[in-house]
Amino acid sequence: MLEVSNIHSGYGRVQILFGASLTARPGEITCVMGRNGAGKTTAMKAIMGLLPLSQGTVSLDGEIISTLPAHEVPHRRIGYVPQGRRLFSDLSVAENIEVGLMTCKEGRATRDEVLDIFPRLRERLHQRAETLSGGEQQMLATARALCLRPRVLLLDEPTEGLQPSMIEAIRQVIVTLRDQGVAILLVEQRVDAVLAIADRVTFLENGRSADTVTVDALRATPDLMHRYLGV
Amino acid sequence: MLASLEGAVTAATLALTAMGLSLVFGVMRVVNVAHGEFYMLGAVIAWFVSTTLGTHPAIGFVGALIVAPVLVGLLAAAADRLILARINYDPERTIVATIGLLYILQQSTLMTFGPDARPVEPPFNSRIALPWWRQGENGLEMFYPWGLATTSYKLFIIVAAVAILIGLWVLLTRTRIGLVMRATQADREMATAFGIPVERVYAMVFGLGAGLAALGAVLIVPVQQAHYLMGADPLLLSFIVVIIGGLGSLPGTIIAALLIGMSDGIISVFFSPTLAKILATLVVAMVLVFRPQGLLGKASA
Repeated sequence: MLEVSNIHSGYGRVQILFGASLTARPGEITCVMGRNGAGKTTAMKAIMGLLPLSQGTVSLDGEIISTLPAHEVPHRRIGYVPQGRRLFSDLSVAENIEVGLMTCKEGRATRDEVLDIFPRLRERLHQRAETLSGGEQQMLATARALCLRPRVLLLDEPTEGLQPSMIEAIRQVIVTLRDQGVAILLVEQRVDAVLAIADRVTFLENGRSADTVTVDALRATPDLMHRYLGV
Repeated sequence: MLASLEGAVTAATLALTAMGLSLVFGVMRVVNVAHGEFYMLGAVIAWFVSTTLGTHPAIGFVGALIVAPVLVGLLAAAADRLILARINYDPERTIVATIGLLYILQQSTLMTFGPDARPVEPPFNSRIALPWWRQGENGLEMFYPWGLATTSYKLFIIVAAVAILIGLWVLLTRTRIGLVMRATQADREMATAFGIPVERVYAMVFGLGAGLAALGAVLIVPVQQAHYLMGADPLLLSFIVVIIGGLGSLPGTIIAALLIGMSDGIISVFFSPTLAKILATLVVAMVLVFRPQGLLGKASA
């Protein structure tokens, strides 16, 4: 279980998070929602150790990981699919996957398994990552994170700007991982998508966690959406 | 013929030195003004090693070929940890910091090594006469004109540099260390998010870059002599090469090193070394005007 409690963080002197707390449980999809600038992406980066925390802790199954050097965090099998995909664009598809495999010293078996999930990538192994289509790039970004055999998977708007069939494919992968017991933390803007797959929703407002509700409770009280998202 | 051979020797060492500069800039986005001093240190250490070992020039040379790049690389890695990491690789501050490093290295060499230029004996140095062709009674015939000669050592420089460059290419494209370096170059933050210890990669790259400069210097020092001010010229030429080739583009660096090295050699022989430098600088200006990203650079990094 990934527990984020009361973290304060930001970029240099610009503080973005003023006490955000959330929990990602194994076998559940926790969605993070909030308006633009509420701190969703910042929270993800802070969990990965990419931003310094001035207060608060991040812990995984009781171990505090927010005091580790940033490159040690992924060794705990936390996979990250960042916003905007952020592939190693000069590297080939195979090399991008190789970097993912190196993180937790995974081998051939994992590689084959990941490529079976995304057969399109297998056809393009030697192509440079930046020459892939948007959907294929998203597949690769997801595949790269799956190479860690993650216990926790962070996905930051994985369906942004994709065609419906691709969104469905990504959704399938997320649901399968959840069923395998992975704790999933998903940043998502589209309300219908969240209602369809989330187990729990945490709302961020101005860098603080405002509310955490189950998806059933959210369906029952639609004015929550209006209050935190303005929709 | 002779001129292009001289040019090839210049190009060979220049390619090594510039490659180091380009690698450091590509991965770390650091403009290393002290790069020429690492080159100079390579030459000075080569002199030191070969006079200490001093039995046979070949033993001293092989010793220098191993010791100098390793020592310079370690020194550079330490400088990276102690200085560059502390100022967070901020682009402006790294330039000032490496200028400081330049003077520290240069002046401490003056204090210890002294102001003299000291020669290093080449491991082997036989004169090789080069054939030429002329129209004789029975068509083209080969002859050995007087003065057309090179030394076996100069040929060795070219071969060695090519071998080292191929080795570097293999390291970068075929090994895990190379993959880690290229991933760090592509996206530092994501490299961290996938467990790559970026600080250690930076120290390694900075050391490797300096080591390449030192290697270039060890190769050239039997031809040129070691001197505490010898770093300025290769620094300038390396910058020219790296700008023409495209900052951070390794193939571009090689092409530009060949271009500048060959033209420098040829023009120096037929006209004057000053004209060669003037033309090289002119090429830089033209490249900056018409193709600011360099020959093989990408438009917006």
